[in-house]
Amino acid sequence: MSQNTLYDTVWEKHKVAELPNGQDQLFIGLHLVHEVTSPQAFGMLRERDIDVAYPDRTFATTDHIAPTEAEKRQRPLADQQSEEMLSALERNVSENGITFFGFESGKQGITHVVAPELGLSQPGMTVACGDSHTATHGAFGSIGVGIGTSQIRDVLATGCIAAEKQKVRRINVEGSLGEGVYAKDIILKIIKDLGVDGGVGHVYEYGGPAIEELDMEGRLAVCNMSIEGGARAGYINPDQTTYDYLEGREYVPEGEAYEELKQYWETIASGEDAEYDDVVTIDVDGLDPLVTWGINPGQVVEVSEPIPSPDAFEGRSEQEAARQALDHMDLDAGESMLGYDVDVAFLGTCTNGRVSDFAVAAEVLEGNTVDDSVRALAVPGSETVREQCEARGLDEVFIDAGFQWRRAGCSMCLAMNDDALHGDEVCASSSNRNFIGRQGSKDGRTVLMSPAMVAAAAVEGEVTDVRSYFDDGQADAATADDVSEVAD
Amino acid sequence: MSEDHHITEVSGSGVPLPGDDIDTDQILPARFMKEVTFDNMADYLFYDARRDDGGEFNDHPLNVYEGANIAVTNKNFGCGSSREHAPQAMMRWGIDGVIGESFAEIFADNCKSLGIPAATTDYGTVSEMQAWIEANPDGDIEIDVEAETVTYGETTVGVDIDDAMQEALVEGIWDTTQLMYSNMSKVEATVADLPYVNSN
Repeated sequence: MSQNTLYDTVWEKHKVAELPNGQDQLFIGLHLVHEVTSPQAFGMLRERDIDVAYPDRTFATTDHIAPTEAEKRQRPLADQQSEEMLSALERNVSENGITFFGFESGKQGITHVVAPELGLSQPGMTVACGDSHTATHGAFGSIGVGIGTSQIRDVLATGCIAAEKQKVRRINVEGSLGEGVYAKDIILKIIKDLGVDGGVGHVYEYGGPAIEELDMEGRLAVCNMSIEGGARAGYINPDQTTYDYLEGREYVPEGEAYEELKQYWETIASGEDAEYDDVVTIDVDGLDPLVTWGINPGQVVEVSEPIPSPDAFEGRSEQEAARQALDHMDLDAGESMLGYDVDVAFLGTCTNGRVSDFAVAAEVLEGNTVDDSVRALAVPGSETVREQCEARGLDEVFIDAGFQWRRAGCSMCLAMNDDALHGDEVCASSSNRNFIGRQGSKDGRTVLMSPAMVAAAAVEGEVTDVRSYFDDGQADAATADDVSEVAD
Repeated sequence: MSEDHHITEVSGSGVPLPGDDIDTDQILPARFMKEVTFDNMADYLFYDARRDDGGEFNDHPLNVYEGANIAVTNKNFGCGSSREHAPQAMMRWGIDGVIGESFAEIFADNCKSLGIPAATTDYGTVSEMQAWIEANPDGDIEIDVEAETVTYGETTVGVDIDDAMQEALVEGIWDTTQLMYSNMSKVEATVADLPYVNSN
């Protein structure tokens, strides 16, 4: 049993009661709502004639179905089902007095991008959303959990979820990232080492020097993919980086009220005497950029490594999964991912759709052009991100290089709007899931990587070690020939 | 909620869904979530996996074991997206209970919300059950939630059901909204001590 971790402290502060089924009733301090998983829950509330208990703690946006081409955002939306979903959300928030960041607000975007940048996500909170990437908000030192629609009903009706406390695994990330290696690579490395189900039954506490060095946007990317490692939640203890990020944001109080709130934030971090259920150490010194080669985020290699042989996996089922992955991706064990042809480059999502993600990709694209064979999309995570990028002139870098510069939404991460893979296209993607069918085509192939790596893949038309684009990184950059030597 | 919500056992014929890490994007592809109710979800269950390139039904187990009530799968079933659409689709297709080596947590929570028992056991036992179903497609499999056993043919084996899920199903208290609604005064007391709620 963990003790005196942030998770223990925040849990205790939000625990309302023990329920007869043995679970705890946990108050949710921030409930984020989007159009896809909420209409059924509002419907259930209406059937029971129950009002939303804490409308002031509930914030909505539209992201999953949001068209990302400006002209397609005119209402009514051309896609009838999307229009119906959006209209239902608008009706539900207006009837219940919930703040809604719609297209006209200028703040619309992916819920896990919008809430942090507006200062809604804060340390010491519990955050819930009908979306598995709610772990993102743990970057502030909150407990963020993804919930199903029946649980959304619970939160709407009572402000609470019924939940069981998990074990806490501390993940110490030692070392320091080299040039061209990013937060995304850290979390892919963690998933590579611990597996896609390694976190089941646990929340992950990320710490250590490589985590502390990350800015808030990097921390958000790490926590975002906790669920891909099987952990329901992941968090980072708040520190000066956290406080500096929050100060002055729209939903963060000012002056004395800020100081009082900060005092609370300073009390919730894991203590020096904290006890964990287990502790794992990962060293990122010398880590190369990572790319997935398969059909789940754990099927991933450093670019200097060959694709593993199915026989290298323990257990019949993992071997079978590796064979299925190689078949779907049309790859062979022992090959390098470097040089794998790419048809589509996709930048954005709740993992990597923030200003710093576009800035680093723009650095790679500056003075380069997207390969003729590649369709390239840059989709800001929010309209706020888009405006900030445009204020810095980043949109022009993308457009000049041959990217389409879009409006905010989830877009091709899961293709619930018009942005989708066709046939067996290969997508270099800054998103979080490479599941079969995820990007809208059952034969589509997704290669997950950092935004910088997506930009490099777009330019070269194939998976490329982005370090060859950086003065200091060139020496480390791997080539397919290096990898085949390793494989031999 | 006056109806009887006690779920002490579920039974029926089985369907093997072999494989690890079967994610909710496979169970219910995202493009079918653009509906404001769950009513039609059964039509979309494993939509892509069940069809060949021409759009015709292939030999996916759901096409072979139509009418089954108990699904037997492997490790980390239901991982990925939190979409309740996935277990809703399974339930509406006819699945009343699931057995596997392990389940992703949000998926298991969603099953509990819907009153679908999720039982876990080891790889060997799961494999034997899957083989038995293939040999006995009309045979009856029963999950006894109270006793934590699964019976198929002449065989009864012990399985694990999460304590909270077992308690909730057996006692008929899996409607957590009603359960928690009765504690609203306690909720207010908890909220009163949270500095961030009161500073806004």
